[in-house]
Amino acid sequence: MSDTLETQEYSLNLGPQHPSTHGVYHARLRLDGETIVSCENVIGYLHRGMEKLAESRTYAQFAPFTSRFDYLSGALNTWGYAMALEKLGGVAVPERAEYLRVIVGELQRIASHLVMLASMVIDLNAVTGWMYAFTAREGILDLLEAVTGSRMTINYIVAGGVIEDLPSEFESKVKRTFEDLRSRLADFDRLVSGNEIFQGRTKGIGVIESGTALEFGMTGPNLRASGVGLDLRKDAPYSVYDRIDFEVPILRGGDTFDRYYIHLLEIHQSVRIVEQALDGLPSGPLRTKLPKAWKPAAGEAFGTIESTRGIQGYHIVSDGSERPYRMHLRSPAFANIAIVPEIAPGLTIQDFVATLASLDIVLGEIDR
Amino acid sequence: MQTLNDLFLIVSGLLRGAMGSWGFAPGLTDAIMALVSFVAIAALVTVNIIVILWVDRRFAAFFQERLGPNRVGPFGLLQSINDAVKLIGKESIMPAAVDKRVYKFAPVLIFTVTIVLYGFLPYGKGLAPIDMGAGLLFFVAVSSTSTIAILMAGWGSNNKYSLLGGMRTVAQVISYEIPLAFSMIGVVMLSGSMNLGSISAAQHTLWNIILQPIAFFVFIVASLAELTRSPFDMTEAEQELIAGYHTEYSGMRFALFFMAEYANLFSVAALGATLFLGGWEGPLLPGYLWFIGKTWAMVLVILWLRWSFPRARVDKMMKFNWKVLIPLSIANILLTGVGIKLYQYFSTVGR
Repeated sequence: MSDTLETQEYSLNLGPQHPSTHGVYHARLRLDGETIVSCENVIGYLHRGMEKLAESRTYAQFAPFTSRFDYLSGALNTWGYAMALEKLGGVAVPERAEYLRVIVGELQRIASHLVMLASMVIDLNAVTGWMYAFTAREGILDLLEAVTGSRMTINYIVAGGVIEDLPSEFESKVKRTFEDLRSRLADFDRLVSGNEIFQGRTKGIGVIESGTALEFGMTGPNLRASGVGLDLRKDAPYSVYDRIDFEVPILRGGDTFDRYYIHLLEIHQSVRIVEQALDGLPSGPLRTKLPKAWKPAAGEAFGTIESTRGIQGYHIVSDGSERPYRMHLRSPAFANIAIVPEIAPGLTIQDFVATLASLDIVLGEIDR
Repeated sequence: MQTLNDLFLIVSGLLRGAMGSWGFAPGLTDAIMALVSFVAIAALVTVNIIVILWVDRRFAAFFQERLGPNRVGPFGLLQSINDAVKLIGKESIMPAAVDKRVYKFAPVLIFTVTIVLYGFLPYGKGLAPIDMGAGLLFFVAVSSTSTIAILMAGWGSNNKYSLLGGMRTVAQVISYEIPLAFSMIGVVMLSGSMNLGSISAAQHTLWNIILQPIAFFVFIVASLAELTRSPFDMTEAEQELIAGYHTEYSGMRFALFFMAEYANLFSVAALGATLFLGGWEGPLLPGYLWFIGKTWAMVLVILWLRWSFPRARVDKMMKFNWKVLIPLSIANILLTGVGIKLYQYFSTVGR
């Protein structure tokens, strides 16, 4: 048949306006029928010049901007930035503040992972699963709002500590929310993970070998789904993670299903971490006050954090003034998206959408 | 009770009698009665779409811990009417590069096919607007022409996403028509007729779903693919193809596609109810109420599947059709044939 029928390749612009490009990601595809021959990443539609903006603001003024990088895990961004600043200026953080940071950071991780699960299943048209995950996220966002005052762009963690203490009866609220979360996750798991069609769509699709993943600098759940157990919380513990008992889930398949499933497993670990941090919460001051016009000594610092999507790093160069000379973000989603042209050839459009969803990209962080 | 059962027949008899007494020619009477049936069907289609849309939304909301539309009218019942008015009021944009005639004709064609299908359904005893000896065959034949309309929309839109959606439709609907038609053969063998009314009447004692469970399963799966409903809604997969074949349509043209989809849902459910659930056969209540009730049960099952399952993969879906459904439906025909022969043999031996 294929000898007599002549077929033609064609290009298709998937995005930037497309329902499943998770924002304004744009893939320029060459297609043979529905099979992808080649793929080209086009990014930058959400570029806001954040790194340059940092140079014209004081260290404290730039902090709220950081939660707009990876807008699904704002608190973790500000944490990473605060850690870089503390490294730069040699600021000590009170112990209570470290525990509060862990609590807020892990709640933020749960919220972000729930968005990943939701958008993953809606990209496979499992509409009900999407609602389940988003409803579960509401409970977590309520907790975050109670502590930090905002739902999305959280500016709670600052250099030297945190700005507020926990509200009253927070522990009982957490307990109730987690009970609800567990039952919802169980529902979600039964509805989606075990579904024959869902597994057919995701198992063995978009496989990333551990070697390739490392070459491309992938980090976070995407790397751990490929069998490499790299997690800064365990391997280079910061804050008080070394005092908390938790596991880093590792899956070996490297396919879309594993990248989806590892998020479910990680949510359970984050729940454990929050519960332990609440139990072990010491009393004490919340914050080492820094002067308004804080001028760290000239030099540079690179602060890294295990963000939701992988290792997020802030490289800050100080020239001794109250503004950074240069601020650079090492964004995990940027490294993760780079692998798409590598794995796309051979996938169909359907598989491509599923694989892209499993990589859990956030364009705010890629384009900055 | 009998009056209630034959309500529509009595009304139509009265109309005919009146026209006779006014001295209308028999041909004119028939023409007017055909018009009356058409208006009745069109009204049924419209009302059905509105109700199905509302039920679909509220049902989905119930599944997903939401409220669903509840602002327009009591319980949001008028939401669909509101949407329809909105769509009529919207500009029907036609992109510059479309194939104009094909682009304009596709929505008209798909909706025409849908209305024609409603004409064959036996709403009650003697209540089929078009009572045809080979009604089932004609139903299947007409319903497959909607493929052409979808391909026309996909091709005429001059959009790659639309074209992909149209191509997927053709591959999917044509393949799934085979098991769909095969699943009906067992029923036809049992009732010995292709007339939908006779098929209903033949299930007076026992519904076909008990005698033909395999055929019923094949029918449900294949009709989901025929309807391009989830989990087989690849043709308009919004996460992949934006909106598939109707990406470029807006305003009333889009509304026609949208309405045709929901109207088809009802007509295929009605066919399933007729073939497997006994159609209008049932005790106590008038036949048309039984018919509507059974059809709605089928509709709800299809909606339930839509809200529970993710979308299947195109290639796996096709493999499932050729490797599972078609052999299964053929085996069912064989089993039915053997069963009928054995039944005949033993009933003669016993006598």
